[in-house]
Amino acid sequence: MFDGPSVAAALKTCGVTHVVWVPDSVLGQWDSAFSGDPDLALIRVCREGEAVAVAGGLYLGGRRPIVLMQCTGLFEAGDSLRNFIHDLKLPLFFLIGVRSYFAHQQGATTDTCPVFTEPILKAWGLSYVVLERRHSPADLAAAYRDAQAERRAGAALLAE
Amino acid sequence: MMDAGAALEVLAAHRGDHVVVTTMSAVGIWPSLSDTPLDFAYLPSSMGQGPALGLGLALAQPGRGVVVVNGDGCMLMNLGSLVTLANHPADLYLLIFDNGLYEVTGGQPTAGTGHVDFAAMARAAGIGRVYSFDGIDDWRAQAAEVLSGPGPVAAWLRVQGKHGQTTPKPPRPMAEQIERLQRALGM
Repeated sequence: MFDGPSVAAALKTCGVTHVVWVPDSVLGQWDSAFSGDPDLALIRVCREGEAVAVAGGLYLGGRRPIVLMQCTGLFEAGDSLRNFIHDLKLPLFFLIGVRSYFAHQQGATTDTCPVFTEPILKAWGLSYVVLERRHSPADLAAAYRDAQAERRAGAALLAE
Repeated sequence: MMDAGAALEVLAAHRGDHVVVTTMSAVGIWPSLSDTPLDFAYLPSSMGQGPALGLGLALAQPGRGVVVVNGDGCMLMNLGSLVTLANHPADLYLLIFDNGLYEVTGGQPTAGTGHVDFAAMARAAGIGRVYSFDGIDDWRAQAAEVLSGPGPVAAWLRVQGKHGQTTPKPPRPMAEQIERLQRALGM
């Protein structure tokens, strides 16, 4: 079960200092948990490519950010993501909401978001895990820690 | 209208201990004026992301001060960053060098050449401290004020564009730049 307080708690166990985001309808329900947590700074940006760049600056300055966005934002953020994880080689981590994931699995949607999300992550060379209903914030924390331990960028896809 | 190199000389004289992030054409000029570990040539870049990168640095290092030298073409690619800067108070000093050109691709006009008021845009985005400079004397006279005090600050400088330019090269590889910067920041 993913909810704001449990996700915020999991991120803090990883040492995350800043949540940089453009929310979607699922992630957005966590707003009050992040904005009300004195140990997490919530950075609201206007576009997802910008979120990647703010996170890059935070990382360069010694902080531990995570970027939260919808898969549509991932599509928008491609060049920024390419630059910060491949040119600057920063081990940034992303939690990406995949709109219509379950409906797509059931053949019950024409939404193309689930069609392209994983191929695009593969194209950008960004390793990822998929978090479905059986997973918990502890799995998110584990994915974050694994990426940080290996000093590589990574992502977790939140099935929606 | 002022010469971009002369405008950067003024910045070099007043930047103090601020981190200076350069983008595009400024990357080719700045190392001849300053080449310290606190100078970060954002190249290779994602065009338009310089202000956001600078904001992240400024938020991570309160009190340090971060100057971002951004071009008008870069600014137009990410106008929303003005809103983001306004929403997150930090000592970020955004200098918009407006030459009306995509200079590093040879000198083509942008969609905004001649009719965009970046100072008005910055104000409308909610940035409280906004400056506008047409000539080098005014910039020189107010640079110390612009580059001090609480941010965010946006300054719009009209500079002469050059045709026939090519993409500059950063003074050193990115990995080395990052290592120098982080060491200078005490990491």
